[in-house]
Amino acid sequence: MTGNDKMRVKMWKPTGLALAAVAATAAIALAVPSAMAQRDPAYAAARAAGQVGEQPDGYLGFATAPTPAIRALVEDINIKRKAAYTERAQATGSTVQQFAFTSGCNLIANTKPGEKYQAPDGRWLTRDSSPPVRNPSCP
Amino acid sequence: MNESKNRARRRAIIARSLAVMTCAATLAACVQIDTPDKPIEINLNINIRQEVVYRLDGDAKKLIEQNSEIF
Repeated sequence: MTGNDKMRVKMWKPTGLALAAVAATAAIALAVPSAMAQRDPAYAAARAAGQVGEQPDGYLGFATAPTPAIRALVEDINIKRKAAYTERAQATGSTVQQFAFTSGCNLIANTKPGEKYQAPDGRWLTRDSSPPVRNPSCP
Repeated sequence: MNESKNRARRRAIIARSLAVMTCAATLAACVQIDTPDKPIEINLNINIRQEVVYRLDGDAKKLIEQNSEIF
């Protein structure tokens, strides 16, 4: 009887590991598509063309007068950004403005050469290979 | 009788005026301390403490990475 019990225990362990492996694979499979989600092509084009750029406050802005389509696109993204900032601000015990500003620091730092960003003084600048002009509070 | 009444009245008046003056002096002193010496300025620039930005930086990076379609 004891031998049989031991056998059972031994049989269970690999099954448990296999289940864990399956669960881990499933988790990765679920996580990857969201992390890999790409920008809307219209948004990517407007960014590359320098029509929209990153503001120091963590939201998108218009470097040049926008078409109605671009305005709608940017407003939609900014609403989604605000929702994301609000959720993270609550989770981190900060204000939406603080979290949005910190994200803005990163988003300006992440701009690619040729893309537009707004300097702390309000000017729209084109990112080149040198570091962007950011608020002195940025890390 | 009238004389003493008058005296008492005068004393009461003097005491009252002294009290009022003391109060006024105290109030004046208080007001002087509380009044800001500079006009109140409303700063429209974003002024967020660096300490807060450093604390939130890791979370902000993670959010941007995980929601790349809106950033």
